[in-house]
Amino acid sequence: MITAIYAVLAMVGLGLFFGFFISFANKKWAVEIDPRIHEVEDALPKGQCGACGYPGCMAYAEAVVTNADVPPNLCAPGKDAVAQKVAEITGKKAEAMEPKIAFVRCAGTYEKAVRTSLYKGISDCVSAGMLHGGDKGCTYGCLGYGTCAKVCMFDALKMSPEGIPVVNPDKCTGCGKCATVCPRSIITLVSPEIKVKINCNSKDKGAFVRKNCKMGCIGCGICAKECPHGAVMVENFLAVVDSSICKEKCSDPVCLAKCPTMAIRPAIWGVVPGNEVAEKLGLS
Amino acid sequence: MLKIKKGGVHPQDEKKSTAGKKIEFLPVPSRLFIPLRQHIGEPAVPVVKVGDIVKKGQMIAESPDGRGTPVHSSTSGKVAETGNCMHPIYGLSPCIVIESDGLDEWQENLLTERSYENINVPELIDIIFKNGIVGMGGAAFPTHIKLSPPKDKKIDMLIVNGAECEPYLTSDYRMMIEFPDEIIKGILIVMKILNINKCFIGIEDNKPEAIRLMTEKCKGTPIQVAELETRYPQGAEKMMIKVITGREVPSGKLPMDVGCVVQNVSTLKAVTDAVEKNIPLIERVVTVAGKTVQSPKNLMVRIGSTFKDMFEYCGGFSGKNGKIIMGGPMMGMAQVNVDSAVIKAASGIVAIAEDDVDYQTERACIRCGRCVEACTMGLRPNILSILSEKGQHQTAQTDYDLMDCVECGCCYYVCPARRTIVHYIRQSKAKNSMLRAASKTGSK
Repeated sequence: MITAIYAVLAMVGLGLFFGFFISFANKKWAVEIDPRIHEVEDALPKGQCGACGYPGCMAYAEAVVTNADVPPNLCAPGKDAVAQKVAEITGKKAEAMEPKIAFVRCAGTYEKAVRTSLYKGISDCVSAGMLHGGDKGCTYGCLGYGTCAKVCMFDALKMSPEGIPVVNPDKCTGCGKCATVCPRSIITLVSPEIKVKINCNSKDKGAFVRKNCKMGCIGCGICAKECPHGAVMVENFLAVVDSSICKEKCSDPVCLAKCPTMAIRPAIWGVVPGNEVAEKLGLS
Repeated sequence: MLKIKKGGVHPQDEKKSTAGKKIEFLPVPSRLFIPLRQHIGEPAVPVVKVGDIVKKGQMIAESPDGRGTPVHSSTSGKVAETGNCMHPIYGLSPCIVIESDGLDEWQENLLTERSYENINVPELIDIIFKNGIVGMGGAAFPTHIKLSPPKDKKIDMLIVNGAECEPYLTSDYRMMIEFPDEIIKGILIVMKILNINKCFIGIEDNKPEAIRLMTEKCKGTPIQVAELETRYPQGAEKMMIKVITGREVPSGKLPMDVGCVVQNVSTLKAVTDAVEKNIPLIERVVTVAGKTVQSPKNLMVRIGSTFKDMFEYCGGFSGKNGKIIMGGPMMGMAQVNVDSAVIKAASGIVAIAEDDVDYQTERACIRCGRCVEACTMGLRPNILSILSEKGQHQTAQTDYDLMDCVECGCCYYVCPARRTIVHYIRQSKAKNSMLRAASKTGSK
């Protein structure tokens, strides 16, 4: 009996001792943290995507609170709402954020683009690109091994069975992670309000493009001539759209109908390029 | 006999088909596709235009910053095109197409007879640079850079690489048999440039004829022949140094940090030609071998000839090919087609029959540790491959010495789960360098 009492007393004594010690240590060696850091972190979406340029949400929260030069509107997935909240907490002024969405500048599906060789290595675009620059005839096009889809943490980018990644506009937050990993820099971030997009990244000459891909921009310049607003230019055999002019002035894009290879397309997300054209435009 | 202390593999050497055959000269093809990326780094800049008449040995592309090497025309004729053609390593890349006029005329003021003893060291290095000499063992590192080490690095030994540990290849072996005097002279030139008096020629013991001949020729010179036990990857620069001198190149350092310079035998022959005769590097010996090649040969080939020209000269194929590889089967690059042009670093082309190509799907690592045993660099290839698979490329670099991998392929050779370990490692290296480039430009 007496042994049991000793045991209980010893445990209570130890418990009390360490309890007091911990509470003392907590007061004495407390780490001073700006409480706003935690507030900001709570406001952030915590996707840990790294779109802000910091390794994770906590790192950005710390930077935006402690460093006066870090703007409060860097969280791309959070968009304006989060920017306003962060600005409120930190006392900074948030500039308006333009929503961005990932856009794949290639339409070279398995069916449309020529494959020159048989690649049996790791299913990864960077790896495929190391061997002779990839197994595709076009040296600018999508390799189709889905490195971008693997890094997308919002489930917004999926590889289609046709071999081209497809962006889901509802889920894409514009973090730009996919654009960073793409070895051919095919993915860019654009405003979702643009009217037309150019589904090609090839800076090769027209004849070479034709040989390797049925959907490529051959740099013929018809679009540049036809556009009444001067929004389209051809640089390095590739059409480039100035989306700000396009968004403000153009109501009826003529370039769409004139493009002979249909490299210029209406801006629709969520479908494989080439599948949407026929139904939307009534073209064959 | 010297040998690798740890790791390595011993693949069947398959050298019988070409080892006994004399070097033959490949007739100059009517069109030569001369790639401008003949060395590590940026391609050379063309100095000729389409339509220009060029002579054999004329410089057609230069290296403005001196970090690359100039490129020379391999025959006389007309510049037909400048554009992209198949490079055996980089795929489509810039090249100059020369249409041969069939005369094969040398440019004037080449082919001068002179002795290296009358030329001083800076001039020798300049001659080596101007004649476009790169390491012909496979890495294509510009030789003039290798031979002008920084002042604080004390070089005391030259190691000549005649190991040729890759299966099938016999081009270096034939070089040693047929051009021993040129190689010895090249060694003496390099020793003069580096101001050293110690040199070893490392030759594997499956080439007894070369060992005998070189030992005989080296009598009376400070050059010694080191007989090495046949084991892959003995021909790798760092391995060679470790085996012969016992010095280990520290992680992230170069051979010059341990006082060694390694040169391939073919490079030394090119050095002799450049210094004594003023001939630029426009041709090299290439082994054409493989089960399906009708008559395998060692060919003296002009830089810019296509693989097709060479296979045709060797009688074409007797069966279906699974793969065509430039270099040896262990470290070489599989080719997209036979239109690729010969570069200065192409020591061989090997055709692998369809039945011999193993396309087994890879499986998960079973942690047997055979790759760790086979790795001569003392790495853990199993962990490196798993980290790469999981996308942890930075961890591989910081904690598991990713950059020390020489990509010899021993780990893949022994792996029972058929994991493409080297490919994983190369992927990690590529992704890390992408990340470095991105952080340098400041983009996210």
